[in-house]
Amino acid sequence: MAIFIHQNILSLILFSPVAVILVLLLIPDNMRSAIRWTALLGSLVPLAFTIVMWSAYDPALAGFQFEQRAEWYSAVHSSYHIGVDGISVPMLLLTALLVPLGILASFKIDERVKAFMVLYLALEVGMLGVFVSLDLLLFFLFYEIGLVPMYFLISLWGSPSGERDLGGGRKVPARQYASFKFFVYTLAGSLGLLMAIQVIGQTLGTFDLPELIGLWPSFNQDVFDGVSIGAVKTAAFWTFTIAFAIKVPLWPFHTWLPDAHTEAPTAGSMILAGVLLKLGAYGFLRLVLPLFPVEAAAAAPLLATLAALSIVLGAMAAYGQTDFKRLVAYSSVNHMGFVVLGIAVAAWAAQVSDPGIRMSATIAANGAVLQMFNHGLSAAAMFFLVGVVYERTHTRDLDELGGGIWQLAPVYGGILIFSSMASLGLPGLGGFVAEFAIVRGAWPVFTLATGVSMLGLFFTGAYILKGVQQVLHGPRNEKWSHHPMEISLREVLVVAPLMVLILLAGIWPAWLLTMINQTVLRLVG
Amino acid sequence: MIAPYVPADWLVLLPEIALVVVAVLLAVLDVAYPQVRRTGELGIYAGLGIAVAGVLGIVFALPGSDRTLLFGGMLRSDLFAFVFRMLVIFAGVMTALLSSGVRGVSRHGEYFILLIGACLGMNFMALSADIIMLYLALETTSIAGYVLAGFAHGDDHAAEAGLKYFLFGAATSGLLVYGLSLLYGFTGETGLAAIAAAVGDGQVPPAALLVINMLLLAGIGFKVTAVPFHFWAPDVYEGAPTPVTAFISTASKAVGFAVLFRIMSVTVPMSAYLLPLLTAISVLSMTLGNLAALAQRNIKRLLAYSSIAHAGYVLMAVVTISDLGTAAVVFYLITYVVTNLAAFAVVIIFARVSGSDEIADYAGLSRRSPYLALAMLVAFLSLAGVPPLAGFFGKMFLFAAVVKAGLIWLAIVGVLNAILGIYYYLIVLKVVFVFPAPEGTASIDVPRVYSVALAVLCIGIVVLGTVAGPWFDLALQSAQGIY
Amino acid sequence: MSFPLLSAITFTPVTVGMLLLLFPADRHTEIRITALAGATLTLFLSIWAYVSYDISLAGYQFVERLNWVPALGISYYVGVDGLSLPMVLLTGIVIFTGVLISWKIDDRPREFFAFLFLLATGVFGVFVALDLFHLFFFYEIAVFPMYLLIAIWGWKVTREYAAMKLTLYLFIGSVVAVVGALAMYFASGMNTFDMLALQNAHFPADFQRFWFPFIFFGFAVLAGIFPFHNWSPDGHVAAPTAVSMFHAGVLMKLGAFAALRVGVMLLPAGAHYWMPWIVFLALINIVYGSFVAMMQRDLKYVIGFSSVSHMGLVMMGVASLTPIGITGAGLQMFSHGAMTALFFACVGMIYDQAHTRDIPSLGGFGAKMPLVAVAFIIGGLVSMGMPGFSGFIAEQPIFMGVWAAGQTTSQYYLGQQYAWIDLVAVIAIAITAAYILRAVHQVFFTKLPAEFEHHVGDVTILDKVALVVLVGVLLALGWFPAWMAPLVASSAANVMTILQGAAG
Repeated sequence: MAIFIHQNILSLILFSPVAVILVLLLIPDNMRSAIRWTALLGSLVPLAFTIVMWSAYDPALAGFQFEQRAEWYSAVHSSYHIGVDGISVPMLLLTALLVPLGILASFKIDERVKAFMVLYLALEVGMLGVFVSLDLLLFFLFYEIGLVPMYFLISLWGSPSGERDLGGGRKVPARQYASFKFFVYTLAGSLGLLMAIQVIGQTLGTFDLPELIGLWPSFNQDVFDGVSIGAVKTAAFWTFTIAFAIKVPLWPFHTWLPDAHTEAPTAGSMILAGVLLKLGAYGFLRLVLPLFPVEAAAAAPLLATLAALSIVLGAMAAYGQTDFKRLVAYSSVNHMGFVVLGIAVAAWAAQVSDPGIRMSATIAANGAVLQMFNHGLSAAAMFFLVGVVYERTHTRDLDELGGGIWQLAPVYGGILIFSSMASLGLPGLGGFVAEFAIVRGAWPVFTLATGVSMLGLFFTGAYILKGVQQVLHGPRNEKWSHHPMEISLREVLVVAPLMVLILLAGIWPAWLLTMINQTVLRLVG
Repeated sequence: MIAPYVPADWLVLLPEIALVVVAVLLAVLDVAYPQVRRTGELGIYAGLGIAVAGVLGIVFALPGSDRTLLFGGMLRSDLFAFVFRMLVIFAGVMTALLSSGVRGVSRHGEYFILLIGACLGMNFMALSADIIMLYLALETTSIAGYVLAGFAHGDDHAAEAGLKYFLFGAATSGLLVYGLSLLYGFTGETGLAAIAAAVGDGQVPPAALLVINMLLLAGIGFKVTAVPFHFWAPDVYEGAPTPVTAFISTASKAVGFAVLFRIMSVTVPMSAYLLPLLTAISVLSMTLGNLAALAQRNIKRLLAYSSIAHAGYVLMAVVTISDLGTAAVVFYLITYVVTNLAAFAVVIIFARVSGSDEIADYAGLSRRSPYLALAMLVAFLSLAGVPPLAGFFGKMFLFAAVVKAGLIWLAIVGVLNAILGIYYYLIVLKVVFVFPAPEGTASIDVPRVYSVALAVLCIGIVVLGTVAGPWFDLALQSAQGIY
Repeated sequence: MSFPLLSAITFTPVTVGMLLLLFPADRHTEIRITALAGATLTLFLSIWAYVSYDISLAGYQFVERLNWVPALGISYYVGVDGLSLPMVLLTGIVIFTGVLISWKIDDRPREFFAFLFLLATGVFGVFVALDLFHLFFFYEIAVFPMYLLIAIWGWKVTREYAAMKLTLYLFIGSVVAVVGALAMYFASGMNTFDMLALQNAHFPADFQRFWFPFIFFGFAVLAGIFPFHNWSPDGHVAAPTAVSMFHAGVLMKLGAFAALRVGVMLLPAGAHYWMPWIVFLALINIVYGSFVAMMQRDLKYVIGFSSVSHMGLVMMGVASLTPIGITGAGLQMFSHGAMTALFFACVGMIYDQAHTRDIPSLGGFGAKMPLVAVAFIIGGLVSMGMPGFSGFIAEQPIFMGVWAAGQTTSQYYLGQQYAWIDLVAVIAIAITAAYILRAVHQVFFTKLPAEFEHHVGDVTILDKVALVVLVGVLLALGWFPAWMAPLVASSAANVMTILQGAAG
């Protein structure tokens, strides 16, 4: 039994949510609390497996572990090939953790509970699948499949108010607009990716990622009449990059994000910010850097520039928001910019032999992965806390909220401050270590971009303090004094694990970094 | 060369002899038991009698692969002729049965005797190997036909139809006999085989042969309702009693083609003009027939034009001058006779109750009588050439012969015409199946005789359309040795 | 002699249909139950054939042969390979689900089911045919019942027009192909319609180039290839639900299948010559179909034009003339068949209750008929090629096939442009996503209009069974392509052998 679990641990992680879905489908629609509890307890199963996997993972080894390979789609030479390394394990942990928390956060949802839970777990399958896939086609499958549940989570359970003018007097509900934009934007972005994947798979006759990593970068024959292989590779690189840049999102491909985040239900936002954005960054690390080292190095300065712009403009945009959730949404653009900055450094360094630069690149890449993890925690916490206040006041408008909530809800206030500080990058909390590592690594390589990014950090401080101030501070707010504003025990339970991990990652990041570092070393070479 | 008289020759004519006997018996019955007139049983007896003649023929007079000249070269007995004789007899049986409930004809013994007379004439047309015999048989058939077409007492339409049929028939048979006499004049022979030999020797000047061909084609074109000798058909089909129409449009047409083959075996060897002429006639018949059918509102006129078009299809294969083409024609005519009889059977049954032949009145037939509608579906789709019905194989074989002869353009014209055909057949079926019946129309009852006849015909259509192999083999055997 | 499985599959429907005609017309329940029993038996037989096909042997199996018209070398000759077997299974599934969702038909159900079963026999006959004549025989059987089914039981507004248009288009296509087939028959000089023999006829190249368009386009009309696609959306819309399912689900596949089996496999050199143009036409199908679908207000027209687009993918896979592309075409035929059957079933269920298919005036059906909503959404996801659903599995190899075709040097100008074709075709996926999402949202998730409040309810259990079966098939193929893809690929390899023989 133990051996079976060990050998199939990734498949168990991946498909245990499917089993939960099947169980959920058997429960009658009207037994809502049974559905909620089944979903919650069920979502702990993949978490438990992930923890088992993590504890069995040997951080000293750089390569893929728990590899499993089975026939899947032999007609196109694609197989069910899964495995994890030091980049994917933190992501799996993050995903497996955020899903139960998201479910717990959604206990107040009354409408179509079963459908909600089923979609939420389906989303989890998609995300977990991306992090374990070692087959390009399989990767794409899981990468895309998450769109569907997310679309419905936003369009059906998103915030019910709000309209969006399409021009000409036609108005649609904002959540419909946002979900549609999210879906089509991301889908269209990944079509190029799909085309590129097909060309690679067709040319080399396999979709197996480890094999491709060995073959594709050095592949040097013309495949199409009149188009050089260099051009094909460059085009493929850009399709990959654009697809992932949309997902991250990197400025200027970010416009879907504020809409989607703002309209999504709380649990949706948590997952969206916590995990979904990471798919893009993960795609850079897992696919773009190994498959296109030359092209990535050439494009690294541009990526770094865009990352710096994301950081600065994201922060400035966040500062300009009056909608609390939109503010937090733009903060994701800001924070993910750091991830891309780290990745850009790693991309650049792959072509440089100077050991100092390589050292910096390793640090930056470590920081990027850590930032992915940390931002997953803090963004989820922030969105959850926005959701808490929205659930009580039914507004997200900072002016309408009017501040002074701390006095009504001191515990909530404390938690919000804590999460904000994590987001801001206060030393001692997760964000600091990661951002520091990125900036440290990036400085010798892209000094200007890093400098601009540091400027962005000031704005980060500014918008976070603005948000905290406008929600919490000020005289006791009589407008809401008749509402029970304090955070409930259930909600504390949602946010507590996040806080613990944020603290842990901030004080003792080594528990993640040893694992990440081995893989990053291999990546940067 | 005159063949000697052989007494055993009479056995070959067993079906014809039987037909004469049946005619005599009917005449006696008609006079001796007048009450059979009232019940409409005359038709049944006539049908059974003709059927007996057919059975006798199949059992005792089935020719093998041998081809013999009989009665001093007057007749030629072969499988080809036999198939057509049986076809005529089959049509005769069905026509007699279908006449049994039709007002105006069913109570007249002489009607059925004339019908048998027409059958006799046609059988001899198929058998004849001598121009004298041919002309005699033709006239026997025609005269019976003229009377039958105008038979219905007190019906002006029928009288007009009879007269028209007579005028056109007389004129064209005049042309035919003129052509035949020219042949005799140039060659001094009356036997077809001898004439063929003479033509082959070049005794007939090419210009004369052209004239002769045109004259003969006029006569046969009338029989098979090919354009431009078709003008009589719509009026006569519409005006004549429907069973007569059915008979004229099937048996008469089939035998017309048999004669065409016989004559072409004589004239073809020398004629460079005949094939282009026939091809033109074929294309014109198909196209004009189908186009005119599109505009029809009367079902009998529609079937008349469709029958003109079908003559065009058949002519496509005739011009290929090949065994496959001839076999395809024979097979097609078998399917056509069965199918068209079925179509007219439906028309007869419907008209008995509704008294109308207007297509619009067929609205809602599928609700008034689902099975009759189904039979109509089978018949019309077979005419359209849809599998698994007889017409599909018929058309396929025709097109196969045409393509084999390299006449791709003709095949394309043919298939496009087939599409036109599908269009108007479906229009009729739409009325039957889609349109609602007018208020107050009753369901249509079908007498047992009609049910049996229609069932036989429909089963025949399906059998020909599925188990086509043996029938095509028969057609192929009968076609061998025509040229 | 072993059990004649393919004959049993072919003739079970028509036998049941004839049996139905013996019932008195007013015994609706008995008629329906008999029809369902017949459909179930058919489905069972086709599943049996599917599972007992031995993929390790490949080639044609369950072969039966009888002389039909020996004088012309026509035989009743059946057998299945990896391309036709999924189609047989699909037909079994569609007839089964079609009967289930036609339960409510009250106007002459006896004739309805009889014609539907006749249609099914025609379809089965084509898929199992190994004799060219046999193929045409059943091909036309499959075409004409459509006329009556649409004209009698269709949507009152356009049924007569649409039925006639459809019938004439298809018959014209088929007779043109017939002429081509006869030309092949005589040119081969082998006096046989046996397609396996004709494959080895080695027709001269100029003969093949001349006749290939006749055959290919003759059949491709039924597959809805541009510019001969015009009949198809009208036909789909006018047809009653089960017939739309059959029509889009199976019948259009008949065209693509026959174009491949007869056109490409018997005239491979012609295929090499013409395919660049056909890829181009298929591209127009794909993109144009999706754009037009986006413009529609009538839900059924949306699906109808989406079929035009998807059949373009099938044609493109075939026309890539690569093993992977043909595999994709085979899978897409199956996937699209089940998907579009599902779509039409859903639309039919909505229309039955709402009596309108105008998208803007619908709304809120998700709450009233949740399973229909789920099924429609899944159909939509298949339609947009979303990974995890069969559409992805099918479209993937098609696109790869075109890439692969672009990588083999072509002597023709258009053939050198393949690399761009995928990039254009893929636009359709985004468009499809857009219109499907729009329709899904409007129909299922907006507020239920007041006029539907009282008379819209959930669908019957039979409807649900039908939906679940179809959804199950789509998901099964989406996640586990291994139960079908190798089968199709094995036969695609066979097609390639023939094509390479012609090229070499």
